[in-house]
Amino acid sequence: MVLIQLVIQSPFTESKDNMATTYEKIATTTLGSAAANITFSSISSSYTDLRLAVTFFTTSNGNVLLELNNDTSSLYSYTAIRANGSTVVSNRSTANPNALMGFGGSGAAGGIPALSLIDIFSYAGSTFKTILSNTSSDKNGSGFTSSLVNLYRSTTAISTVKLLSDAGNFDVGTTATLYGIKAA
Amino acid sequence: MATYTLISSNVLASSAASVTFSAIPATYTDLVLRLSLRTNNSGLNDSLSMIINSDTATNYSFRWLRGNGAAASSSSATSASAFSSNAGGVNGDTSTANTFGSIELYIPSYTVSQNKPFSLMGVGENNATTAYMNPIAALWSNTSTITQLNFTPVSGTSFLSGSSFYLYGISNA
Repeated sequence: MVLIQLVIQSPFTESKDNMATTYEKIATTTLGSAAANITFSSISSSYTDLRLAVTFFTTSNGNVLLELNNDTSSLYSYTAIRANGSTVVSNRSTANPNALMGFGGSGAAGGIPALSLIDIFSYAGSTFKTILSNTSSDKNGSGFTSSLVNLYRSTTAISTVKLLSDAGNFDVGTTATLYGIKAA
Repeated sequence: MATYTLISSNVLASSAASVTFSAIPATYTDLVLRLSLRTNNSGLNDSLSMIINSDTATNYSFRWLRGNGAAASSSSATSASAFSSNAGGVNGDTSTANTFGSIELYIPSYTVSQNKPFSLMGVGENNATTAYMNPIAALWSNTSTITQLNFTPVSGTSFLSGSSFYLYGISNA
């Protein structure tokens, strides 16, 4: 069999700005100083789904929490599966004041960041809201990979998303970007 | 500028020992790879190896969760010289014909001068015997901007025809 070494160089394709855009940046924040939260407000209802990409540092090995529409009543619940390199655990929790996005936490600024990818489905609809999150928190010897599904039992369209840490503050260098995805 | 842009792609018309994306522009915020893979490994599954910027020093670590339809398990690697998907998302040559594993790799902040976390979700269902799905948390302990990604099979010696590699850039500018 002949083995072929493929090396793909440029040219890189040009963006097709004349086409309908289905994946749009709504807002982004990169912290220049530690902060207790990152808030995206006045979110347009013109998309179908929302996606958050969060690369984060925290001052106390924290994980990302999500608070929607400034609602801290006990309307959040989750089912999770996580693995730390030796064991796999699944658990669930109900009647929470916010939505947990992952396990493992992150290092402080200048250390090892973690990554949470968060999808909020049908956020502008009048049904309860489902949130899928995948968090990668590998620290070269410890950490977790985790996937969670959260339910937010509210029929109100989501217009504000607040990111918090469950331990300490978000540290310098944390980047959170909110994207809107259109189905039409 | 579009937010989610195809940077480059390759659908293999014949077997290839490796695929490399090089000279990746630094004009995006995050990178996403969507891969459909089958190799010549004489087994049901294979794994994907990835080397960033030709760095084969022991800068890769990763831990995975793996389900095979009957049980879930977890393991990890530290101070590795390459990243491996560990049987998730790559079908071997004896898996059901015309089936390919699927992988999404997400690499955020690839131009930022910090250690690079990234994630992989791999699945390899084949309507037959053992197949895996596995989410992986990974880290490249290097602060350099990512300009090159190289992919090879771990057990096999080539990716088979029909395997595809798509590299996208996501911009938050």
